[in-house]
Amino acid sequence: MKTMKSIWNKSASLLATAGAWLSTGSLSLAATVNDLPGGPSVLQLNLPPAVTAIAREQQWLHWFMLILCTVIFVAVFAVMFYSIWKHRKSRGHKPAAFHESVTVEIIWTVIPFIIVILMALPATKVVVAMKDTSNADLTIKATAMQWKWGYDYIKGEGEGIGFVSTLDADQREMSNNGGPKKGEIVDDYLFKVDNPLVVPVDKKVRIITTANDVIHAFAVPAFGIKQDAIPGFVRDTWFRAEKIGDYHGQCQELCGKEHAYMPIHVKVVSAEDYSKWVDGERKKIAALADDPSKVWTLAEITQRGEKVYAQNCVACHQTHGKGSGAIKALDGAAVIRDADKAKQIMVLLNGQNNGAMPAWKSLSDTDIAAVISYTKNHWSNQTGQVVQPAEVAALRK
Amino acid sequence: MSAVLDHHDHAHDDHHDHAPTGWRRWVYATNHKDIGTLYLLFSFTMFIVGGILALLIRAELFQPGLQLVNPELFNSLTTMHGLIMVFGAIMPGFVGFANWMIPLQIGAADMAFARMNNFSFWLLIPAGLMLVGSFWMPGGAPAAGWTLYAPLTLQQGPSMDAGIFAMHILGASSIMGSINIIVTILNMRAPGMTLMKMPMFAWTWLITAYLLIAVMPVLAGAITMTLTDRHFGTTFFNPAGGGDPVLYQHIFWFFGHPEVYIMILPAFGIISQIVPAFARKRLFGYTSMVYATSSIAILSFIVWAHHMFTTGMPVTGQLFFMYATMLIAVPTAVKVFNWIATMWQGSMTFETPMLFAVGFIFVFTMGGFTGLILAMAPIDIQLQDTYYVVAHFHYVLVAGSLYAMFAGYYYWAPKWTGVMYSETRGKIHFWWSLIAFNVTFFPMHFLGLAGMPRRYADYPMQFADFNALASVGGFAFGLAQVYFFLFVVLPAMLGHGEKAPQRPWEGAEGLEWEVPSPAPFHTFETPPKLNAAANKILA
Repeated sequence: MKTMKSIWNKSASLLATAGAWLSTGSLSLAATVNDLPGGPSVLQLNLPPAVTAIAREQQWLHWFMLILCTVIFVAVFAVMFYSIWKHRKSRGHKPAAFHESVTVEIIWTVIPFIIVILMALPATKVVVAMKDTSNADLTIKATAMQWKWGYDYIKGEGEGIGFVSTLDADQREMSNNGGPKKGEIVDDYLFKVDNPLVVPVDKKVRIITTANDVIHAFAVPAFGIKQDAIPGFVRDTWFRAEKIGDYHGQCQELCGKEHAYMPIHVKVVSAEDYSKWVDGERKKIAALADDPSKVWTLAEITQRGEKVYAQNCVACHQTHGKGSGAIKALDGAAVIRDADKAKQIMVLLNGQNNGAMPAWKSLSDTDIAAVISYTKNHWSNQTGQVVQPAEVAALRK
Repeated sequence: MSAVLDHHDHAHDDHHDHAPTGWRRWVYATNHKDIGTLYLLFSFTMFIVGGILALLIRAELFQPGLQLVNPELFNSLTTMHGLIMVFGAIMPGFVGFANWMIPLQIGAADMAFARMNNFSFWLLIPAGLMLVGSFWMPGGAPAAGWTLYAPLTLQQGPSMDAGIFAMHILGASSIMGSINIIVTILNMRAPGMTLMKMPMFAWTWLITAYLLIAVMPVLAGAITMTLTDRHFGTTFFNPAGGGDPVLYQHIFWFFGHPEVYIMILPAFGIISQIVPAFARKRLFGYTSMVYATSSIAILSFIVWAHHMFTTGMPVTGQLFFMYATMLIAVPTAVKVFNWIATMWQGSMTFETPMLFAVGFIFVFTMGGFTGLILAMAPIDIQLQDTYYVVAHFHYVLVAGSLYAMFAGYYYWAPKWTGVMYSETRGKIHFWWSLIAFNVTFFPMHFLGLAGMPRRYADYPMQFADFNALASVGGFAFGLAQVYFFLFVVLPAMLGHGEKAPQRPWEGAEGLEWEVPSPAPFHTFETPPKLNAAANKILA
């Protein structure tokens, strides 16, 4: 099997060379474009370079089939063309009389049957691998809609992030105007989006697809994946990208007039870059939710704080704020009544008593400010102090 | 009793002498030859209409960017090109061949149900008008692809209803045509023409007719459900009401895959007639050809979901449909081997029918191999809905079905018209078509492998070169067919050309060559007495 694979690989590189030669040759009518890394190449003749194990298997299978079919094709038609050459009336060939042979019929039924089985065996292995979407490190829901993609990070690092990805408006306009003008080099024509899907390298990413309106298809050729996004239904596929880079695909199921204008851009980044990106997105989301520089009134902020308290604090500190057992009372607590607001903020951000009071960093500045203001003005703690989100932000490290 | 029979005979003769003339001959036509001619003319007209749509598509795709049409109209063009070519050109085309040739080949006087035959043809006219006319309806022609996938069909304008109605009518017409063919073949064969002595064309059509009767109602069901989803509040396919869009695809392809064989089996039949005629040698493995054709027909019912690998099936489903699909390669290979064995040690000449037949075997086999590659589910995941699929089905439908019809035309037109075509012009038509076809569709394999999706009005710059090449080839191919009509068909229709002998092909066998050229209006009014091989009339 190994030697076979190397033969396929050699043929692959041969064809690639041929392609490169062609692209420099006279065939190239539009010289004003370059290959798009992670997307199509100029005069590309075969599947794109594989970036996942599945895509590599597909490529191998394709070469295997192509060579096998070519060999059979050449063998069969060599016979036909020999016959066409030799058994002509103009060469004085007299027709033979045979017209039946059960033996021959059986032979040429059995041989194709065996070849078909040989073809099916390696394919089966890949089908099984392709369909195994278990144990994903990261699960992302891709929701197709006319005519954009919505991505929601469902599980794994980045959980909760969600955004919509749309084709660059200028490129759409360019298409209406007859495409890129002469001399204008737009390598990512119809591939450029506002928000690419970002995933970490070498992690198993499971993509769940669904749609809001009609059927679309999520496809990234370099990963060897294509999965219809069907309204009312949830389907999944997976990939584990092995190389950092940008990879491009397009919607592959007719979905109405803008079918050609809903590309897919997957940005594969290193684990650290991914974490940084997740942090950035988180901050963006938090920022979007509440303006951190907003100055709240006492009534407003305690109202908000009551909700935050109910969601996060009440389980331990109780509605009455007196705590129980090891849980400290909030009602009348010195740190709360203290005029130095920073003390309580630090407790919430960092926790206390070796984590008996956990750190609440994950809450937004506004939520922390709100819940502190609430406790400072509830029960018997009528301090009248208001903590603003900006004060929390200043102490956050 | 004898008086009654006598009377009957007189009435018959009467009819003979006063055959309707002028427009009545065609509108009231009950003669299988006239109806066959009508079918063929309708088919060619729709072929030209569908071809013009294809050229508009190719013109738009000549360069990246939108130049000629907007994306909505582009989708209408691809949809209507598909519907018109499949339901308007190829299917009626083969019915035309069946009408002309089956009674002649089996020694029957006419089709079994002459008036139903008339009706099934004339149904095509309103259906064809409705399909073509849908371009001028509010919202434009249907734009959901020829497969009419829900729920996109539920978003379409009123033309979708016209399209559905047209498909219903075409389906009814096909079913009537099929019943007629089955009854004719099973009941009206001349004495001595047993089933296993029947010409292959009749055999393939018998099997095709059964396929049609089995699956046309399935299509009718799918599009009726679409219709009620659109207008009467049902939600068969509408997920908003708990419907299942994938169910539509299952129903459609349960029709659609046998439909593919409906379009290719009669082509196999024509090729199986022509190859022995020009090899001057009997068809090799007649029995195995019959069995292979039947196996293909039966297998065609259990492979439909290979069109749906990307919808997300369970592993077992994918494996089953992958194996079943690959199995079809076996009987198809047997057919190709039989044709080559027929040519082997023959005494071949290469008049135009034979050129098209050899061209068919060669190029169709390429389509067969890409089909095998697509059958592999893991590869199909990459290629589904790309131009590779477009290349594949044009290799089997154009180089397959259409080439077989061209071959059949050149082979039988002398019998129909009584004049020979010009061999030079036939050869020009063949080579021109063959080269232009490959220039058009071969680059599409590369586009598909590189990931260019089908049904795209505009595409990334990297796909520009092969698209430009395909467009140039497409126009050349279109022109070749205009040449075919103006310089081959038209002269024959006007009766220009050398007078055709009764048997213009030295090696041709079969009852159609036992009647004069052109075939008289009525043939085999009394059942002919046949020789043992049932291919000659004993005087």
